[in-house]
Amino acid sequence: MNTEPYIVLSAILFTIGCIGVLVRRNAIVVFMCVELMLNASNLALVTFAKANGNLEGQVAAFFVMVVAAAEVVVGLAIIMTIFRTRRSASVDDASLLKY
Amino acid sequence: MSEFSKPVIEYGQLWPLLVIFGVACAGVLVEAFAPRALRARTQTWLSLAGLTAAFVGVVVIGTGLSDNDGWRGGIVMEGALAVDGPTVFLWGLLLLISAAGVLLFAERKLEAGVSAFAGQAAALPGTEAEREASTQGLDHTEVFPLMMFAVAGMMMFTSANDLLTMFVGLEVLSLPLYLLSGLARRRRLLSQEAALKYFLLGAFSSGFFIYGIALVYGYSGSMNFAGINEAIANSTGNRGLLLAGMGLLAVGMLFKVGAAPFQAWTPDVYQGAPTAVTAFMSAATKVAAFGALMRLFYVAFGSERWSWVPLLWVVAILTMLVGSVLAIAQSDVKRMLAYSAIAHTGFLLTGVLGARSSGVLGEGAITSTQAVLFYLVTYAFTTLGAFAVVSLVRDGSGESTHLSRWAGLGKVSPVVAGVFALFLLSMAGIPLTAGFTGKWAVFASAMSAGAWPVVLVAVLSSAIAAFFYLRVIVLMYFSDPVGPGPSVTLPSALTTSAIALGVAATVVLGIVPGPVLDLAGAMGAFVR
Repeated sequence: MNTEPYIVLSAILFTIGCIGVLVRRNAIVVFMCVELMLNASNLALVTFAKANGNLEGQVAAFFVMVVAAAEVVVGLAIIMTIFRTRRSASVDDASLLKY
Repeated sequence: MSEFSKPVIEYGQLWPLLVIFGVACAGVLVEAFAPRALRARTQTWLSLAGLTAAFVGVVVIGTGLSDNDGWRGGIVMEGALAVDGPTVFLWGLLLLISAAGVLLFAERKLEAGVSAFAGQAAALPGTEAEREASTQGLDHTEVFPLMMFAVAGMMMFTSANDLLTMFVGLEVLSLPLYLLSGLARRRRLLSQEAALKYFLLGAFSSGFFIYGIALVYGYSGSMNFAGINEAIANSTGNRGLLLAGMGLLAVGMLFKVGAAPFQAWTPDVYQGAPTAVTAFMSAATKVAAFGALMRLFYVAFGSERWSWVPLLWVVAILTMLVGSVLAIAQSDVKRMLAYSAIAHTGFLLTGVLGARSSGVLGEGAITSTQAVLFYLVTYAFTTLGAFAVVSLVRDGSGESTHLSRWAGLGKVSPVVAGVFALFLLSMAGIPLTAGFTGKWAVFASAMSAGAWPVVLVAVLSSAIAAFFYLRVIVLMYFSDPVGPGPSVTLPSALTTSAIALGVAATVVLGIVPGPVLDLAGAMGAFVR
């Protein structure tokens, strides 16, 4: 099986996620882009597992999913708190700490 | 179908780690079942007992390792963790820092009967609900189990021997810290903003870390450090994958240690987080992240040294300059200490650069592992103590962290000003303090590896840094108080003992560094 297209796809997804984090303003969207980066890594991990012929990459993909779920719990809690305080989820509005 | 074999788990060498995880889980149960009035006390004693038990375990394991084959230790848990000299040393250091952290978390005298954490995190700032929570004297005692989870994650991070365990450890240590940063009782908007920034940037960097893992795995076909090292030595696979993966892993790691150009979160988070949390995380996160960074680069990428050492040269130089130059412009004590933490990251990276194979080192020369371990001890206790002192200088609205409010502190409270001056002198690296011996060790190690340009910049930025440390001392002693002047709240025995630990470590390591330096040296290298 030719694994190269999968790696290219995962690199494209990773780049989209990365650019999204840098240019989007809404904390929820920024966070979704981070999740996209994690999923791009999952795709790369399972593809490499296939290419290398061992299971470590697939096991790692499961762990990444679990970690992503834990991150959602913590992240949404923080974003919710700040949204309720400021009535805005924009990362530009939270700017008390600077210089 | 290959046969399924039962994994071997070396409980005898792992139990300190398991004790901390157990205490964290027990802490969650205490939150669920203990009556509110008893919770704070129960959590404090439970955490301290767990940390003490784990520390005893670390000492026992440490002495046991020295018997067989000179402090080597070994790979446990089917290759997932490595319990060796540096692991044991860092575990012990982390447990001591955490014990001091528990004392700071438990402090209730400074806020007149309540802790420094939000009464009810879900109550909006400035609303009736928040006032009600504070009149009822509510408290978030969940901070203790959160801290224990963070400590367990740190212990796992420093001892991880494969990439997956390292990633899990990284997340287990980070997630509780994101929450803890957002739980301040006073100035809650700042605290929440710090948590948001820390979380988004931390999640972003762990995205890089995991993609780096995927690429390195694609190159070597193994998650295990020994397997990766073997793949590099045999130079199988596509080198582009290895270099890209190593770069992405470095981004994730350098973010955690707060090195330039990934330092942007440090000042904001250190300023916004509750001071007790800042004290704990500035010391413990740095210890854990440097332990993991050294293990990753020395053990997994040791054969590829020529690719990453130049990268670290640039990062170290940049970090030291950014940290010490920007610290001059700060007007907030916590922010200034945060920039000084960035500069110290640069000094630590200078020590990491001294990596060489043990064969070429002369007898009695300082190895880079030894130098970095020793520097971590000196830095951790100094920064912990400094932030603990910051929590004492207060006015009606909580801590007064603006530097102008510190003018004339030496006249108001000579003891507090004197202790803070000691910590600042140690951070500046004045002889007879811990900071001097630490700096000397890392510079010597980097010099012996031929990294003299980095050492030159390090000396230069130490001089720049000395300027802003001394400026604060001058402000405290030779300026007149502005307006009502600074006031110092007397802490209970908890914060006092945490500060006393910092003072003792700073003075003792400055005057007789020998025993600890030898201990760090006796720990030997990372096991492969």
